[in-house]
Amino acid sequence: MSLYAYGVGIWLVLVGIAGVVRSRDLIHTVVCVSVAQSGTYVVLLAVGYQRGAVAPIFGSSSPPGTPVVDPVVQAMALTDIVVSATVTALLLALVIQVAKRHGTVVPDELHALRG
Amino acid sequence: MNRTARLVVFALGAGALAVLFVAALLKMPAFGADVHPYRDATMIAALLRRAPNVVTSINFDQRGLDTFGEETILLASVVGATTLLRPGSDERRRTPPGDGRMLHATRLAGYVLLPVTLIVGADVVVHGHLTPGGGFQGGVVLATGLHLAYVAGRYPALRRLRPLDWYEYGEATGMGAVVALGIAGLVAGAGFLANILPTGIFGSLVSAGTVPLFSVAIGIEVASGVVVLLAGFFEQDLAVRLRPKEDVA
Amino acid sequence: MTALVLIMIGLVAVGGTVVACTGDPKRQAVTLSVYGLLLGVLFLLLAAPDVALSQVAIGSAVVPLMVLLAVRTVRAERARRR
Repeated sequence: MSLYAYGVGIWLVLVGIAGVVRSRDLIHTVVCVSVAQSGTYVVLLAVGYQRGAVAPIFGSSSPPGTPVVDPVVQAMALTDIVVSATVTALLLALVIQVAKRHGTVVPDELHALRG
Repeated sequence: MNRTARLVVFALGAGALAVLFVAALLKMPAFGADVHPYRDATMIAALLRRAPNVVTSINFDQRGLDTFGEETILLASVVGATTLLRPGSDERRRTPPGDGRMLHATRLAGYVLLPVTLIVGADVVVHGHLTPGGGFQGGVVLATGLHLAYVAGRYPALRRLRPLDWYEYGEATGMGAVVALGIAGLVAGAGFLANILPTGIFGSLVSAGTVPLFSVAIGIEVASGVVVLLAGFFEQDLAVRLRPKEDVA
Repeated sequence: MTALVLIMIGLVAVGGTVVACTGDPKRQAVTLSVYGLLLGVLFLLLAAPDVALSQVAIGSAVVPLMVLLAVRTVRAERARRR
């Protein structure tokens, strides 16, 4: 079952990259990068999960001493989600500029980007 | 390289990655197991610093330097995207259209929920060290709540609520506040971004030292950053148009 | 409880595949929004309310809005420069 839980995370990363490789539209590429990033969040949170434990916030209903899940991976994942949204915005702004300069957003038609 | 070659290279790479990952997986602790050494260490540290929300304590107290770095990435991305979305030399801004029909139910729901969402967002930011929340989440809720004015009304209504200069100043203020907190830690002799204020009573609003202040600064910055970002996209779609040919000559 | 987590993980896998396989970016914004919601529920079931808050606000509201605005701008540019 560990293989299933972590495997879904790596599956999302691979599906995102496959979407980037097969893409016919640069905006579709940017959204697939976002899907690949979400795969890493799933892997992180699956690493930190403990069966039967609650969220890492102490209060009157969970006094210090109740088993909690790992908060370090949650801290990593939540800042990453917000920051990667702004990086997605930067990529979309680049796509808009490409559309203005070349008139097309189909990757195979963009000769100037060819390596 | 052409499409088929690209797909073949990707298939080989993905296969190798999957094999490596499964090999690593077989040595990891099981899903849902009890082996979390970092959790034990940070839980004790958070309780010593009187912060009930351990995730916020890690973000703004124990690993404040990482948050400072992430915030800088956010600021740089917003600056980069805004620069790319400026009108070019062959474009000009026109007055965005204010027409369009709106269902009365949508308008009512939007205008009623706008102040509610803003207050909830501010609450999430300020109580970050006590309940699930913090600067990042609350900032995004605030920014999204502001755009209910666009969902409920028209774009000119949103522009009235969103004098863009103020939000740009807000972004800079958030970043400056975090740097000021860090330097205050240096001046007090404890280190950059150290927690120097008294930690107070566990569970009260004014507790956990500098964590609420850091959370508010990040909340201001994230909210302003997301609003500025969305403003760039709105302007590109609704207001920026190619300059007519006779103007350019 | 663990069965619920496993079912949700399966749904997230299906959702991610659907988003990557949707070719039209206009439609992808909608599927991305639904996928963001599924991810938010999964994070809540994995006892991570902070991450779920972030994910729902960003993945269901901000990013699909930006994608839709970019799609409209690109379509207008393409029509104008042809």
